[in-house]
Amino acid sequence: MIIAEQKPIQEIKAMIAGYQKVLIVGCDTCVTICMAGGRKEVGIIASCLRMALQIDRKKPQLIEDCIQRQCEWEFVDTLKDKVDGVDAILSSACGVGVQALAERFPNKPVYPALNTTFMGMPNEHGLWVENCRGCGNCGLGRFGGICPIARCSKGLLNGPCGGSQNGKCEVSKEMDCGWQLIYGRLKTLNQLDQLEDILLPKDWSTDRDKGQRKMFRGDVYYEQTV
Amino acid sequence: MTEHFEPEIVAFCCHYCAYGAADLAGSMRLNYPANVKIVKLPCTGKVDIIYLLKAFEDGADGAYVAGCLEGNCHFIDGNIKAKRRVARAKKLLDEIGIGGERLEMFNMSASMGPRFAEVAREMTERVRGLGPSPLRK
Ligand code: SF4
Ligand code: SF4
Ligand code: FES
Repeated sequence: MIIAEQKPIQEIKAMIAGYQKVLIVGCDTCVTICMAGGRKEVGIIASCLRMALQIDRKKPQLIEDCIQRQCEWEFVDTLKDKVDGVDAILSSACGVGVQALAERFPNKPVYPALNTTFMGMPNEHGLWVENCRGCGNCGLGRFGGICPIARCSKGLLNGPCGGSQNGKCEVSKEMDCGWQLIYGRLKTLNQLDQLEDILLPKDWSTDRDKGQRKMFRGDVYYEQTV
Repeated sequence: MTEHFEPEIVAFCCHYCAYGAADLAGSMRLNYPANVKIVKLPCTGKVDIIYLLKAFEDGADGAYVAGCLEGNCHFIDGNIKAKRRVARAKKLLDEIGIGGERLEMFNMSASMGPRFAEVAREMTERVRGLGPSPLRK
């Protein structure tokens, strides 16, 4: 899922300080699970903002709401009436959600309450880790199911660098060496011989460097009629 | 103005300990400042960040959470969870500009009536020193 974290209150305050009526919209999916921007966090953000603005002698009206998914039109569209009545929107979804609101409500300024950090999972309760960088050409089958692009600091594809020590990465002693993990797992699987095949430079044309990526599937495609 | 300032303080008290201690302080006829308004909780593990924020939003000058001694929570670790939430709420209060020092976590047992009175005095003095909440100014 998408992992995000709340921006500092003063940063959010500065974005919405000029508006009288602001709709704060959370998302019930990824950012609820990572406890950054769901229903409950919308309440916390709103309360913090009301107080921070009151200190500045401002009393804006903050309307709290949360929808199932901010990255799907059918849920976004349910906000229409509420959006009509406000001066600005504060979205506490990931960047995808913020942009969906901006696209659907072109006449309303939309601001992000969160920093979208990465794609990952809660490894422990309260500890999130990045495990995939969305390269568009998954090689996990070659790496024992552990991604060297996301989990090796240098994104090396043919084994560790010389900085791997006692299982830790030279970039930080807190960080596991992705390649040590790959080695360990391939050893368990009796597949160490896989490492003898040298991989040629990866085809990065599926990565994001060509700008916005799009995916089309004719079998499920329906032209939007409205 | 601060000289005559009587702070409003909300104390979130666990039913099994601090609330009992408050009761005991009463039967022992111990004096403690009338500034402290008690909210009884089944366990401090019930404390949510929004409760703490709302106390301030609704005009409190200070607040504290009082739970069982560490290791003695009747729900195992409700008081440890409360301690962490208090720490996060303190950070948020700092960010907002209210100041995290207006919020604190305490631990006590039901037999510690005098400690309950002492904590109430301690927090009242602290908040009196800090002056009214910036929201009330
Ligand atoms: S808007 Fe973002 S956080 Fe919400 S469901 Fe979509 S991807 Fe997940
Ligand atoms: S190889 Fe690419 S798609 Fe597969 S996990 Fe790594 S970044 Fe993600
Ligand atoms: S029962 Fe008292 S703090 Fe949990």
